[in-house]
Amino acid sequence: MRGKSHPGFDRLGTNGISGSHADNESPKEPFALSLSKGGRFRHGAVFSRFDLIAGLWWLPRALMLGALAFAIFGPLCNLLLWAVAEKWYFPHALPLEYGFSFWGRVFSARGNAWEALGTSVMVAGLTVLASLALAIPAGYALARLKLPFRALILLAFLIPQAFPNLPVYVNVARLFYAIGLNGTVAGVVIVHVTHGLVYAVWIATAAFAAIDRELEEAARAAGASALRAFRDVSLPLAMPGLMASAIFVFLESLDEFTGSFFVGAPDVNTLPLLLYTAGAGGNYQIASISALLLLVPSIAFMLVLEKFLRADVLARIGQ
Amino acid sequence: MPNSLSRHPRLAALALVTPALAMVALFFLLPLLASVVGAFETPEGPGLANFSKAFALYSRDMLFTLAIIGGATLLTGLGAVAIAGYLTLGECPLAVAALRWLYRWPLFIPFIVVGQIARSFLAKNGLMNNALIGAGLLDPLSATGMLDWRGLILAFAWKQIPFVALLVAGAMASLDRGGIEAARNLGASRPRILWEILLPQVAPSLLTALILSFVTMMSVLSVPLMVASQSPTLLTVDIAFRINAYRDYGLANALGMISLAISATVAWFYLRHSLREKR
Repeated sequence: MRGKSHPGFDRLGTNGISGSHADNESPKEPFALSLSKGGRFRHGAVFSRFDLIAGLWWLPRALMLGALAFAIFGPLCNLLLWAVAEKWYFPHALPLEYGFSFWGRVFSARGNAWEALGTSVMVAGLTVLASLALAIPAGYALARLKLPFRALILLAFLIPQAFPNLPVYVNVARLFYAIGLNGTVAGVVIVHVTHGLVYAVWIATAAFAAIDRELEEAARAAGASALRAFRDVSLPLAMPGLMASAIFVFLESLDEFTGSFFVGAPDVNTLPLLLYTAGAGGNYQIASISALLLLVPSIAFMLVLEKFLRADVLARIGQ
Repeated sequence: MPNSLSRHPRLAALALVTPALAMVALFFLLPLLASVVGAFETPEGPGLANFSKAFALYSRDMLFTLAIIGGATLLTGLGAVAIAGYLTLGECPLAVAALRWLYRWPLFIPFIVVGQIARSFLAKNGLMNNALIGAGLLDPLSATGMLDWRGLILAFAWKQIPFVALLVAGAMASLDRGGIEAARNLGASRPRILWEILLPQVAPSLLTALILSFVTMMSVLSVPLMVASQSPTLLTVDIAFRINAYRDYGLANALGMISLAISATVAWFYLRHSLREKR
């Protein structure tokens, strides 16, 4: 950005004239220096002309960052405003009245937020349990054991993410309808597990692969059975990675809309479905409140992602 | 390797993987197959009637889908490369840190929430128009909502840019700094370093991320349903409509096949390109 708007400075900077590199690092400094020392300090007269421009060089960068901040937080603020707006209509720029009466209504005994939240958390919890039960043995085998067609098997778990899944959900719903799974929690969990399995298996594989093989062998040499070595050595060491995969799967399930829409609705009412029906009915307050409930865990996870997924595990994902 | 398994190690390993694989086969591959078969099912036996009906009714939406998802992918690529490029080449540590903190926020925000956010932010009386009017950049009388093709592209790009930028920035960070420093010492500007040195080296990561984005966006139902469900709209909305309004699985499956074909074509171009690179 800067190089484009002021090519002259870049040329000076990259030619290596004394002090120019420091200018690159902190563009404010030369301006301050040249003012206080009368433009003669270090740079000499050649630079004073550029120093004035240099002093303003943070401006385009700050403007770009500001625009980006507006693009990211503007929409989020709009959602927050809707969640606490009592009255808001065109052409008023901001809500006319603020309050929490919609929160009270949504979370009242007769409101459906508690029910939707409960269903969503139950579905996501069951999805995590089922995914881990499938992914821990699979991940261990993929990371540690001799497996024919290993690369192909790893790739197979990506299929549910790599194909447009709407036509698939339509037919899953049809199949489940025939065998009585449509509109049941079990049906929704099955759909979510299949979709989230790639995270569960790939991260579990990476987590087991990142463990030092010798630790397990030492336990075996000390007389532990294979199962005991796995339970007491490998599993605890892989736990941070498995936690990360559990969180991924939990969020995938919590946020999933399309599969729940076809397989679950209207009997299994998850939070995304509540958001959709409230929004479709024009009730932006209730839609925004349920959107906020979905937003909090997503953003919290984004902020702590690096603590759970260590670099050595991250580097092995998909390998 | 555990002793008890050593007699048939491969069989044991396969047994550990099988339940998870069976899940994918039963609840993804089987329904996928059913959608392919179902697309050719008509009351008069197997035929192409569903497809001719699909083209007759929805050819406009097919082109619209291609343009919207293609446009959103392009915008995502541009935004992600700009962000990743500044993270790699930026010289002001404060600005780089600010950008690194800023760009990731939408990463895990679900599409359904993105749809609701876009619908309120981009509406005629949304916060975007209000802010522009407040800043004197927009005449209140000429303010219009953007809940059409523009809203779809912006909502998709808003959600996908962090994902692609994360992967591309990771790929750029693992490159050898020597080439960058050498180019900079020779006087190359940063946009030029980004375009001529960084981009060719991270092209495989960028393309993979963009294709994953493309396929993801092809199957998102919530965003088009909430942002722009009037005609013209995306194929996903048409599929849901055929099912919910008519229980017309034949036509829905034909439309599904067409969206699969679009994704497969994109993936095929990518594979052909990357194979040619390797040769």
